[in-house]
Amino acid sequence: MELLLDSLFNGVAIGSVLLVAALGLAIVFGLMGVINLAHGELMMLGAYTTYVTQLIFKLPILKPFYNSYIIVSIFLAFIVSGVVGILLEKTIIRKLYGSPLETLLATWGVSLILQQFVRSVPLAYGTGLVISLLIGLFLPTTFPSKIKESINFKYFKFSSWIFAALTGVLTGSLISSSVSKISRASARNVDVTAPSWMRGQVEIIGTAFPKTRLMIIVITLISVIAITLFLNQSAWGMRIRAVTQNRQMSDCLGISTEKVDIITFGIGSGLAGVAGVAVSLLGSVGPNVGGNYIVGCFMVVVLGGVGNLLGTVLASFGIGIMTDLIGAGRLLSIWPNMPLPLSNTINFFATTSMARVMIFALIVIFLQFKPTGLFPQKGRMVEN
Amino acid sequence: MSLSKIKFDKKIVLSFWIILIALIIAAPTLLPVFRLNLLGRYLSLSIVALGVDLIWGYTGLLSLGQGIFFALGGYCAAMYLQITSSSEFPNNIPEFFALYGVEKLPFFWEPFRSPVFTFFAIWIIPALVAGLIGFLVFRNRIKGVYFSILTQASLLVFFNFFNGQQKLINGTNGLKTDVTQLFGQMVGSESMQRIFFWITAILVIAAWFFAKWVVKGRFGNILIGIRDDEPRVRFTGYNPVIFKTIIFSIAGGLAGISGALYTVQSGIVSPQFMTVPFSIEMVIWVAVGGRGTLLGAILGAVFINYAKSLVSEALPASWMFIQGGLFILVVTALPEGVLGWIQGDGPRNLLQRFGLKRKIETYPSLEVNNKEGNNE
Repeated sequence: MELLLDSLFNGVAIGSVLLVAALGLAIVFGLMGVINLAHGELMMLGAYTTYVTQLIFKLPILKPFYNSYIIVSIFLAFIVSGVVGILLEKTIIRKLYGSPLETLLATWGVSLILQQFVRSVPLAYGTGLVISLLIGLFLPTTFPSKIKESINFKYFKFSSWIFAALTGVLTGSLISSSVSKISRASARNVDVTAPSWMRGQVEIIGTAFPKTRLMIIVITLISVIAITLFLNQSAWGMRIRAVTQNRQMSDCLGISTEKVDIITFGIGSGLAGVAGVAVSLLGSVGPNVGGNYIVGCFMVVVLGGVGNLLGTVLASFGIGIMTDLIGAGRLLSIWPNMPLPLSNTINFFATTSMARVMIFALIVIFLQFKPTGLFPQKGRMVEN
Repeated sequence: MSLSKIKFDKKIVLSFWIILIALIIAAPTLLPVFRLNLLGRYLSLSIVALGVDLIWGYTGLLSLGQGIFFALGGYCAAMYLQITSSSEFPNNIPEFFALYGVEKLPFFWEPFRSPVFTFFAIWIIPALVAGLIGFLVFRNRIKGVYFSILTQASLLVFFNFFNGQQKLINGTNGLKTDVTQLFGQMVGSESMQRIFFWITAILVIAAWFFAKWVVKGRFGNILIGIRDDEPRVRFTGYNPVIFKTIIFSIAGGLAGISGALYTVQSGIVSPQFMTVPFSIEMVIWVAVGGRGTLLGAILGAVFINYAKSLVSEALPASWMFIQGGLFILVVTALPEGVLGWIQGDGPRNLLQRFGLKRKIETYPSLEVNNKEGNNE
């Protein structure tokens, strides 16, 4: 019983990391048909946001609130990755709708640039840049409609970008002068230390569980519930679903598909940032941290069935539990005296990397029987 | 494609070939060994680029897993070289086995004692693996991005397998070839490297002719048909699965040859050949050179890699930015690649934009028809 619980918990813990990472991808890929290979790098940005937030909360003014930095960083990471995602959509992705292979190549290019950006630009100035992007993109939308409709709107927009750039430079230099750790560019991995209330373990029914793992499960749970409610209950969620089902018809009925695209991509990218916070709790954060997750995320989305959140949830927990069962060789401890060739095979696969081999092989075999995943989209089209 | 319509003078073609062959023969004496070795490596990479062009440029299958077949070819060559020069080590097996306490050669190494077997294994094993993966995927009509994602996943499967098995194939460290012997000579020695360069150059030309032969005629037409409208090909009575599997295994075989040549010239084969970035890079060589143009794939592979080594020597940090920018640029601004742009209407449009050339005055319909005629 205890063994089963332990295995289940480990599986759910692995699965919830996968799920929170794949959630944003499921939205971007499932609803928009965009293959975002920069998703891992958006996660990396979220992880670095956690690191920067942690350092800023060590400053004397914010020191009393240090313990709550992880909560703040979840929101900040969502905003940072979301803003970068929106910029990406506005500049590159927009031109490539309807050709997923092209988005794949272009976003791979973006991911390379983001990786190198983190290596060669000091984090303090990176923060400044993100702040100026945020102001430049959102300040014009807050103008009163009188200005928005006036013919001089472009000048207002331009001046708001100048204001944004100045604010960005100012905050960048302010941060770099007050937090010396991030005032210089470095390619080294950094570590996020969990606040004291998140260290240690909790005992549930006689088994000890690390608190960070529980925190990740909580983050995942909240993200899934929030995104489900947003898609199914809110007005924008309805618009997003409408555009997914029939873009031209929604356009005719007065839904701004352009805005819907931006919001969908922004939310998908923001969720990547939240995943980044979760990932930063697991190990050290480096420029390559996103690459470890991206293929696993795609497998989750493909296995679950594209455009289906329930499928994504089931697939990630399934993969998580299977990874734990195979990788830790748990089948052997459940059934100790199995025949020798079988137990040898299981021992052969009982490492983390070999478990991955096995899982991917199993997924490929599964797709032989259900090529469109657990919950396929209904339709009668020849194409797709 | 429209380039082929221009009838070159036979003398020009002949002199082009003579110059090319003269350059290949003279290159080892003209270039320093370091540069020659680099050039040889990049030429061998252009063979895998030819394969990528066949499956992506002509058939529309974007494989992100060509690294599998590339590395398999490399491993076949390296295993033969290791095993033939292992006579002075204990148990007559390659040196690294002693590190892990392995005394008996794993069974799958045995056939690589024979040079004939290795010669065929280098291209047949990758082709078979490619055919198997391809058949399993294509049979279910998995295509487009799903194919790309699945090939990437299989790449990770192979990477993790090769990376994790120290006792079978030396895991992360890979197999070294530069200190091994081939026909009584060190593989890493200067004279051997020169011979490898010549072999590579000849094989690139041979692969180019082979690829040209493949895409010519009805087979090539079906490939292009699959790329442009697969359901219509199927409804016309062809089975796309067979054609896709064949072309995918051809590309796999080419990747294997390329991997073997690359291995003997770079002196090592390791799981690093199976990383995700390397396989995507192969796609960008073709994309920049011009997908659907075989010469473009070769030139793209050689020039981008050459640029990479030059830029990395001068400014190590900037190559990632340049490469990333290249990906974005080629997708958004130059989708048919440099050679495709030159062969198409690119230069004429550019001249028109600057007012240097007059627009052809025709009826719009005539121009549309003409265009279709140009694209076969």
